[in-house]
Amino acid sequence: MVINKDLMAASSTPIVLAILAEGDSYGYAILKRVRELSGGRLEWTDGMLYPVLHRLERLGHVEARWEVGDSGRRRKYYRITPRGRAQLADERRQWQAVDATLRGIWQALVVPGPAAGRVSAAPLPGG
Amino acid sequence: MTAAGHAVSLEEQIELWRSYLRRRQAIHSVDAAELEDHLREQIAVLAAAGLAADEAFLVAVKRIGDLDALSREFAREHSERLWKQLVVPSAETGEPQAAARRDAIAAFCLATLAAVIIKVPALFGTDFGADAGFYARNLSLFVLPLLTGYFAWKRRLDADTVRWLPVPFVAAAVLVNAYPLAPGGYSEALTALHLPIALWLVVGVAYAGGRWSEVGGRMDFIRFSGELFIYYVLIALGGGVLTGFMAMIFQSIGIDIEPFFEEWLLPCGAVGAVVIASWLVEAKQSVIENMAPVLTRLFSPLFAAVLLTFLGALLLTGRGIDIERNVLIAFDLLLVVVLGLLLYSISARDPRSPPGVFDLVQVVLVASALLADAVALSAIAARITEFGFSPNRVAALGENVILLVNLAWSAVLYVRFLRGRGSFTSLERWQTDYLPVYAAWAAIVVIVFPPVFGYV
Repeated sequence: MVINKDLMAASSTPIVLAILAEGDSYGYAILKRVRELSGGRLEWTDGMLYPVLHRLERLGHVEARWEVGDSGRRRKYYRITPRGRAQLADERRQWQAVDATLRGIWQALVVPGPAAGRVSAAPLPGG
Repeated sequence: MTAAGHAVSLEEQIELWRSYLRRRQAIHSVDAAELEDHLREQIAVLAAAGLAADEAFLVAVKRIGDLDALSREFAREHSERLWKQLVVPSAETGEPQAAARRDAIAAFCLATLAAVIIKVPALFGTDFGADAGFYARNLSLFVLPLLTGYFAWKRRLDADTVRWLPVPFVAAAVLVNAYPLAPGGYSEALTALHLPIALWLVVGVAYAGGRWSEVGGRMDFIRFSGELFIYYVLIALGGGVLTGFMAMIFQSIGIDIEPFFEEWLLPCGAVGAVVIASWLVEAKQSVIENMAPVLTRLFSPLFAAVLLTFLGALLLTGRGIDIERNVLIAFDLLLVVVLGLLLYSISARDPRSPPGVFDLVQVVLVASALLADAVALSAIAARITEFGFSPNRVAALGENVILLVNLAWSAVLYVRFLRGRGSFTSLERWQTDYLPVYAAWAAIVVIVFPPVFGYV
């Protein structure tokens, strides 16, 4: 499924922060977790994760450190900060509000989706 | 064996990919390292799933994404990286940073030394105000030897070159002070003006550091001179602002800084800034874009337009050039500016690229300058006997001829290049080969003119 760019950009912050809230991690492992969680439906271009991480670092939501991993290579690990947790909680409230609103409208609208239970832009032609 | 072969080629591929990455300004080496770690892990996972090393590499690279888009994304996050930072040296590795610091320290020491040396004659009662002639004649001798020394040290010149480098400076010092130049006379002014030009060539030899015989080495010196000029002007402007504020705030508490400014700040700052500006050009040459070619691009078409309009007006109105005292000098300066525009557009041009519109603009510029100068010269030639041969006039005439010859042959070479009959490098070679001619003429003015014209 192709997810539009804006939605991707907006969701990347809570997703990355939430994954880091589970425990410290690094780029590749974060992407792997995203793939697991989304069941492969969210396809991020791998490289694009890094500017997101750097933005979160600049905002003070995560902090980074270099460590020598089990592979023997230097690897950059990210850890969520208290500010990042606060941000995550805030994002969570916002997304829940959006989610609740959409759920309401999906239920009111009786439009047959292409597959039951899957969100789709059915009203749009060719969507 | 095949495994080893694969390993090598994979490393090579990763190395190549890394070098592509490193070319992106917005992606710093730490980011490249982070991305490389990602790439390697991805390759390892794919290889474990049964892909061959090169296949795994291709898939992993594709997953990382298009480098252009990626570097745009990095640039958005790190917009400051697109503005190359000036004084802060990039903290990438330790070794070059130590060298950069050593350079900076040497430059500041030499600048301080220049500031001290310019004040030494004052110890012997030589005053800036009363002995302006002494300082005018010797000004270049206070700072250029230090600059030459700086480059001799920086380029680690061989002993043979270092041994003869002081000779021109010593000879010049003896000459300009031994000649009984009339105070405030033409010869003194000419010496003050031409000695720096002659000695600038010595700086060039030190700057080129053994590459003076190569076109590339001399071209680098041309680039350096242009950038130095721009940096110097910028520093001077900054100094002007600083002095203005100083005067203003000290005035408010009733202290007049003018004596301090005239006796200390101006002379010491002016000579020190030459060394500092040189160091800045050297330190920044790879960091920020060179300004001279940018200005050239901007002003070449404008100058060409002005000159063409001037020629058109000359034709339409039928007016002759009003020969005043300074008209020859004005046209000399015009040729110098045109030569500068030509030189700095050449210095920034890739010799391999084909002729373009801008090359045509350059040819028009040079040709119109030549025409304008020819008109002025013919007007002067008609009345030269009437004016008589003062040292000023002969020097200005000589310069005009030298510049005219340079530009005329440049125009020929440029047209040949435009018509596809010559290479751009021949134009480069001509310009760089011509450098000693300016110095030689300047030396003649300094050495021969005073005795010939009776030291007036």
